[in-house]
Amino acid sequence: MFDVAIIGGGVVGGMIARTLSAYNLHICILEKERDVAMGATKANSAIVHAGFDAKEGSLKARLNVRGSEMMEQVTRELGVKYRRNGSLVIGFNGEDKKHLEELLVRGNENGVKGLRLLDRDEVQALEPNISESVTCALHAPTGAIVCPYELCIAAIGNAMDNGAALYRDFAVSSIKRTENGYEISRYNGETVFARYIVNAAGVFADEIARMAGDFSFSIHPRRGEYVLLDKECGGTVSHTIFRTPSKMGKGILVSPTVDNNLLLGPTSVDMEDKEEKETTAEGLALVMREASENLKIPVPFGKSITSFCGLRAVGNTGDFIINVHDGRFVNVAGIESPGLSASPAIAEYVLGLLTKHGLCLEKKADYNPIREPKHAFREASIEEKNAIIEKDPTYGRIICRCEQVTEGEILDAIRSNPTALDIDGVKRRTRSGMGRCQGGFCGPYVMELLAREYGTSMECVTKMGGGSVMVVGKTKGDLS
Amino acid sequence: MKKDLVIIGGGPAGMSAAIAAYEAGVRDMLILERDGALGGILQQCIHNGFGLHKFGEELTGPEYAWRYEKQVKELGIPYKLCTMVLSVSEDKVITATNPQDGVFEIEAKAIILAMGCRERPKGALNIAGERPAGIYSAGMAQKLVNMMGYMPGKDVVILGSGDIGLIMARRMTLEGAKVHAVCELMPYSGGLARNIEQCLNDFGIPLKLSHTVVKIHGKERLSGVTIAKVDERRRPIEGTEEYIPCDTLLLSVGLIPENELSKTAGVSLDRMTNGAVVDQDRETEIPGIFSCGNVLHVHDLVDYVSEEAEIAGLGAAAYIAGEEKKEISVFLRTDGKIRYTVPQRITAEKDVRVYFRVADVYRDVTVKVSCDGGTVLSKKKQKLAPGEMECVTVPASALEDGRELYFEVEGA
Repeated sequence: MFDVAIIGGGVVGGMIARTLSAYNLHICILEKERDVAMGATKANSAIVHAGFDAKEGSLKARLNVRGSEMMEQVTRELGVKYRRNGSLVIGFNGEDKKHLEELLVRGNENGVKGLRLLDRDEVQALEPNISESVTCALHAPTGAIVCPYELCIAAIGNAMDNGAALYRDFAVSSIKRTENGYEISRYNGETVFARYIVNAAGVFADEIARMAGDFSFSIHPRRGEYVLLDKECGGTVSHTIFRTPSKMGKGILVSPTVDNNLLLGPTSVDMEDKEEKETTAEGLALVMREASENLKIPVPFGKSITSFCGLRAVGNTGDFIINVHDGRFVNVAGIESPGLSASPAIAEYVLGLLTKHGLCLEKKADYNPIREPKHAFREASIEEKNAIIEKDPTYGRIICRCEQVTEGEILDAIRSNPTALDIDGVKRRTRSGMGRCQGGFCGPYVMELLAREYGTSMECVTKMGGGSVMVVGKTKGDLS
Repeated sequence: MKKDLVIIGGGPAGMSAAIAAYEAGVRDMLILERDGALGGILQQCIHNGFGLHKFGEELTGPEYAWRYEKQVKELGIPYKLCTMVLSVSEDKVITATNPQDGVFEIEAKAIILAMGCRERPKGALNIAGERPAGIYSAGMAQKLVNMMGYMPGKDVVILGSGDIGLIMARRMTLEGAKVHAVCELMPYSGGLARNIEQCLNDFGIPLKLSHTVVKIHGKERLSGVTIAKVDERRRPIEGTEEYIPCDTLLLSVGLIPENELSKTAGVSLDRMTNGAVVDQDRETEIPGIFSCGNVLHVHDLVDYVSEEAEIAGLGAAAYIAGEEKKEISVFLRTDGKIRYTVPQRITAEKDVRVYFRVADVYRDVTVKVSCDGGTVLSKKKQKLAPGEMECVTVPASALEDGRELYFEVEGA
C-alpha cells in the first residue's frame, strides 16, 4: 500500500514525487511509457517564464512567479543546468507597444521583478541581431532557460534515490475506490494500492480523472513544432526572444538553450489525437518564416540538426486545474505553459492540498536533496578529469564525438536512477547522439553498451522500447 | 609533452601525411587516432575500387589502408589509438584524452589536421512525420553491416545518391534485403558514374532523380515513406506522392568536413568547401597548421586523398625544418559554375595542381584559367559533374605576386 501514487512521470509528476520523497511516505510514480519525461516534458520551449503572461490572480500567475523564484535552487540541488538569460518580448508597432504596456502592468501586479520597457536603441544594444523593424520590447531579467527533460529525469532520479518507486509501462486502465484509498490497475491486470492519487497525466489527465469518477474538466492537445539548430548558433541571441502575444498565441520564439543550441518554435495547432506527434511541412515552414522575421541576420537553417513536435495539455478552464476530488484524488491538470516554470511551486501547492486532506507529513531523517550533476565531467578541469579517469578509465573513452560524451557517462546513465533502457534514454540523459551528427557515429557503440549492460543481444536493443529495434538480425542470416 | 609534428587522424590522409613527413626527415612525430585501429572509414569500406590511380590495382578499403598502416609500422611512426582530440589552440597546443593517459596536452611545432568528414543527418533535412527507429545514415548502416555483422532492416529506401548510399544499395541487396528505390533530390546523381552502373543498374535498383522523401511513417519502427517528385526549385510537386512501405531509410545526403577542431584553433574556413583555406602546401592561414583529406574538402577517390596528404606531409616537414616560403600571394577565384578550388591561394612560384568541383552537370565545355584578361590555360571537357573531382596544373610562369587567377567554365 502506497501513501501516494503519482500518475504521470513528467516534470510535474517528477517535482511532486521529489517533494514528497522528503517525508516518511511510500510513494510511487506510474508512467505509461517506458521512460520518464516522454510527454510534453520532452518537447517544449525549455523556458522558465518570468510570469507576466498569466492573468492576475490566476493559479498560473501565482505558481509561475513562485516557481521561477524556486527554480534556481531546485536546479542547483538537482545538478541541472539553468541559466538566467532574461527574456525580451519584442514589438513591431504601436499596437504591440500598447500590448507590452499592458503586460508590464500585469507583470508588476503578478509580482515579477525588474520588468522594463525598452525602446528601439535599447533593444538593439541588448540584442544586436534583432530585426531592425523591432520598435520596442519588454525586458524581463528574471526569465531563464533550463532543459526540461534533464530537470524531470533528475527530479525523479532524486525521488527514487530517496525511496520513491517508479513503475514504467504502467498505463492505468482503471481506478477503483477502496475503503481507505484506491486500487489502480493497468491493462495486464497488475494492481497498485494507494491512499492518495495525484493525477499528473498530462494530456490524458481528463481520462484518468474520469476513471476516478471526476467528470469536471477536459483536456485537449495542442501541437507545437520546433526546429533545433547546431551549437554554433547558440550565440545568435542571448535572451529568449518572444513576440508580442496576439489572439493567435505567443508566436514563434527564438532562444538559446542551456546546451547552447538555438531553439525556434513552437507552432500552435489544436488537435484531437493525443498521440499524434508528427511534424508537418507547413508547421516547420511557419517556424522558419516567423523566426526569420525576428532577426536581422538570416537564420542559419542550414545548421538545423533536428525538428520535433510536442503536445501541450490545454485545459478547458483557461487556468491550471489543481483541485481535490473525493478527498483523496488530486488533479494536477491542464498544465500547459508556464507549467515547466511553475513545476516546483505546483509541487509545493500539491503538498499543501494533501496535508489539508489528511496526509501526515514527517520529515525523513536521511533525505538527501542533492543529486550529483551528470554534466560535471564535461565541465571539470583537466586535473579533475584525470582523477576520475584514473579511478575509472571508461571516462577516458569518448563515445559521442559531437557532444564529447564518454563511455563512463553512458554507463552511469544506464546504471543510475531512473536507469536508461534504450538509445533515446541514453541520449536524453547524456546528450550522446544529440549533437550535429545525430548519432551517426556513436549509435553503434551505444547499442553495444546497452546490449552488454543488460545482457541481451543487439537485436533486442531499441531506440525507444516496443518494436523500435535498431537491427533486425545478423548478416547472412534469415531475413524472411 | 612536446612534438615536432602531430597528425590528428589516422585514416588514409593522416597515415599518408605521416609517411611523407617521415621520408622528408621528420622523426619526432605522433599520430592521434580516435578509433581502436588505424585506417579510418576505409575499415568499413569492404568493397573494391580503391587504389586504381595510386597502385594500378583494385583494392578493398581495408587492403588500401593496410598498405599505409604497414609502412607506418615498419617506419616506426608512433601513434595512439582510442585517443580523441578535444581541442587545438591557435599556438598549437593539442588537448586529447584516452583511457590510458587521461586528458593530456601536447605542444606541437606543426599540426596536420586529417579528421575526415561526417554525414549530414536527417535532422538537417527537416522531413515531416514521425521519428521512429529505422532511419540511419548510410555510413552507420555500413558500420552495422560490415563491421558488426548486423542488418539494420530488410526493406530499404535510400535518400540521396552519394557514393556511400550507392555502395550500401548494393551491399544491402547482397545481404538479402530489398532496396526499393534510391531517391535523389537533384536531377543528377552526386555519386560516381561507375557506382551508379555497378551498384544500382547491375542490380535493377531504380534511381529516382528529382525525387525526395516528404513524409516518414511509423511510430516505433519505420513502416514506410512517402516520396514525391520535385520541381526545378526542388519543391515537392503535389499529386506526385507515392507511398513505399519499408522498414529502413538510409540517408546519403552529403558529407561535411569535420572542422570543429580547426575552428577551436581559429583556422579560417572556405564557405564552399567547409574546409580550411589553404595554400599549395595545404598550409592553413595559421603558419604550421596543415589540413588534408576529407577534412579539407570532400574527395571522391581515396587515391586523391593520399596524394593531397603527401603534399601536406612534405609541407609540414619543410615548415619544421624552418624553410622560408617565397613571399608571393596569388588568389584563386571561381565563377560559381566552378564551385571551389583547392588550394585557394598560392604562395610559391612552382607548378601547382589545382583541384576543383563544379556546381552542375556541364557537357562539351572548356575549363579556362585566366589572369588580367589573358588566358593562362584552357582545357576541353566532354563532361563535368558535381560528383567527380577535376584538376588542372597551373604553370609556375603564371604565378606572380598580387595576381588573381580566375577559374571558369566556358560554353555552358
